[in-house]
Amino acid sequence: MAKAAKKKTIRSIPQQRTPVKELEPKVRVKNFEEVNCGYSLSEAMNEAERCLLCPEPGCIAGCPVNINIPKFIEAIAAKDLRGAYDVITASNLLASVCGRVCPQETQCEGVCVVGETLEPVAIGRLERFVGDNAIREKWSNIPYIESTGFKIGIVGSGPAGMACAADMAKAGCEVTVFEAFHQAGGVLKYGIPDFRLPNSVVDAEIENLRKLGVKFECNTLVGRLFTIEQMRNELGFDAVFIGTGAGYPSMLGIPGDSLNGVLSANELLTRCNLMRAKEFPNYDTPIPLGKRVAVIGAGNTAMDATRVSVRLGAEKVYCTYRRSRAECPARVEEVHHAEQEGVEFHWLTAPVEVLDDGKGNVRAMRCIRMELGEPDDSGRRRPVPVKGSEFEFECDQIVFAIGTNANPIIGQTSHLKLNKRGYIATDDNLATSMAGVYAGGDIVTGAATVIEAMGAGRKAARNMKAYLKIRDSSDDAVGKSAGTFFGIDLREQNFARIRAA
Amino acid sequence: MIETSPAGGFKILAREDFSDVTYSLVVHHPLMARAAQPGQFVIVMSHETGERIPLTIADFNRKKGTVTLVVQAVGKSTKEMQQTCKPGTSLYGLVGPMGVPSPLTGKKKVVCVGGGLGVAPIYPQARGFKENGAYVIGVLGFRNKNLVFWAEKFREVCDELILCTDDGSAGMKGFVSDGIKVAIQGHKDIDEVVAIGPPIMMKACAETTRPFGIKTIVSLNPIMVDGTGMCGGCRVKIGNEVKFACVDGPDFDGHKVDFADLMTRLKRYAEEEKAALDRWSDNCRMMMQAPVLPKDGEEAVAMPDPFEETLGG
Repeated sequence: MAKAAKKKTIRSIPQQRTPVKELEPKVRVKNFEEVNCGYSLSEAMNEAERCLLCPEPGCIAGCPVNINIPKFIEAIAAKDLRGAYDVITASNLLASVCGRVCPQETQCEGVCVVGETLEPVAIGRLERFVGDNAIREKWSNIPYIESTGFKIGIVGSGPAGMACAADMAKAGCEVTVFEAFHQAGGVLKYGIPDFRLPNSVVDAEIENLRKLGVKFECNTLVGRLFTIEQMRNELGFDAVFIGTGAGYPSMLGIPGDSLNGVLSANELLTRCNLMRAKEFPNYDTPIPLGKRVAVIGAGNTAMDATRVSVRLGAEKVYCTYRRSRAECPARVEEVHHAEQEGVEFHWLTAPVEVLDDGKGNVRAMRCIRMELGEPDDSGRRRPVPVKGSEFEFECDQIVFAIGTNANPIIGQTSHLKLNKRGYIATDDNLATSMAGVYAGGDIVTGAATVIEAMGAGRKAARNMKAYLKIRDSSDDAVGKSAGTFFGIDLREQNFARIRAA
Repeated sequence: MIETSPAGGFKILAREDFSDVTYSLVVHHPLMARAAQPGQFVIVMSHETGERIPLTIADFNRKKGTVTLVVQAVGKSTKEMQQTCKPGTSLYGLVGPMGVPSPLTGKKKVVCVGGGLGVAPIYPQARGFKENGAYVIGVLGFRNKNLVFWAEKFREVCDELILCTDDGSAGMKGFVSDGIKVAIQGHKDIDEVVAIGPPIMMKACAETTRPFGIKTIVSLNPIMVDGTGMCGGCRVKIGNEVKFACVDGPDFDGHKVDFADLMTRLKRYAEEEKAALDRWSDNCRMMMQAPVLPKDGEEAVAMPDPFEETLGG
């Protein structure tokens, strides 16, 4: 790769972050097309010029899967898109997905040096550009794979499972991914709406995994159809990875929360995204259509729920959150987009009761104003109800997106050790209490992000390889090794023999 | 290599029609046949654009590798399946077994109650209790003689069988709750009553046994999407707690179930269901096929209740 001709400085780079084209709010609220149109080649090259190519880049460490960010950006600037793609896929198979859904502002872009003076380099948009270009060009990086003969079973086809599957397939294992739904993709399919991550992008990434030899078995509820123990003992899997996600939505726990018209964001999103209820009656799954929709919570799932409700034709969509805007956990871009689309935010507002119309449906919601008190365990200031501030407002649908609890199925059907919150207990290497069984993603940590789940999937894969004594030559494994001996990776199983020779 | 999702879907091997609205499908799925336990259910998608519908497992044959589902044609999807699902065709999606299996051991004397379509899923439970050495009293309810099915199958696994019909055209005249009363009069030592049927029937059963303090288990079938605990659409009130029927059930203590809440929630999509059915029926008419049309004023059309046939039964 060509070295940059002269050293770039904060003064010499383009000062403005390259804007990205977006669908007009008034157009996009009527459809499910993707809002962010992505960079063109010239826009991407212009933005790539803004990277200072720091000798000690913080962004790589800021990325949960440690993509060599400056290297792929340098390749874009040199118009070497294939090179950029190769750099990203060395660490991350799902560039198109992560470029869209990662919370870059708290990860790579959050530590970008340019961001100290100007707006940080738009790393996420550049990653997406590279990934989308690869899909368009039908590129895939299929290395020569020598079979190790090991059989790996992956439970759940979401981001954690996909990442683990990719690494194990590349290591020469025969990988089967089991999915309970009728389509693979997990939360990328059922949860994240098309206007943020089109299903076609997810399918393209899954196709890449298939090219690596990964098999997908849908309609398979592991735990009930066969257990984790059976996978290890009867079905011949040498190692198993569990990435089933957090599932089980938390309930509001207020009077009236079982009325018709009160539903979880998971239900709304699954009906709309996976089951295509937005195309009802061409698809058979119905969806509740609210005129005045109140969404409770302010995470990314809540933002998705508000924006889906807008597109389904709600006249008014409210978002209530018991803390203030500063504590809102959603990506900045999502809140911004929701506001542009007419979602009305009510910060420091908590629901107290759902009121019915006498026929079992929602009529209104009673709320109470909150104020911020002392910091709580999470370090954020605890919301405290303001006495006498209760008020009612009319709505006919309430969507709650206030987090999830551990899905109980694996716990019910295996002897795996769980932690006190019901999530699967693992050690630092993501190994569970059962030999050869690893777990990662939301089923271990509780609800987190797509990229964190992918990071966990990759970490589990590394340790799975060590467990199976497969030589680990992936880029990051070498890069992260404790030390080298005359350039030989100490973690290689056969280093002693090399040294002797 | 393990294959749980065959390329062409899940093959239907046999079908039996019990009445003009109820039918059973025998589906090839050896792994599921091996794993299935009484009390569990599956989720079916008949085709790619279909919806996911929960159906209780009515029977399974581990040797033949089959599971049997009994379906009542009440809405668009189930009526469409009635037309399209024939031996040789396939279901697009079939996942399960789901739910916590019913405990069948440690009981000396049990009453297994099935009303209408609930007769099918209570069968493997009755058989399971019998295999575990219990004295099994079967109570089956139908509207009339013509709708009776599986009575012979039940006689093989029950020590006593009480057949009830609304009009008295077969067995005793009365509802299953009347049948339960007969059983209680005859036996003072009943450990447990298990009832499966429409919500209103299960409620009547629970109210019948409450004064006698007999433990009563009911199998709930609320509206579901995924069936894996992810959406919470199937939440039910059990005493002071909220439970998900798909992963915490489907069996619950009938004396604690809030049936009024369940019945209200079952009507959630009544309007959409009706619209879908009307639209589908119109399409069928246009295509010169003979759809199963609702009779005038028949409430069943608007109700996504899979056990409508024996309301009150």
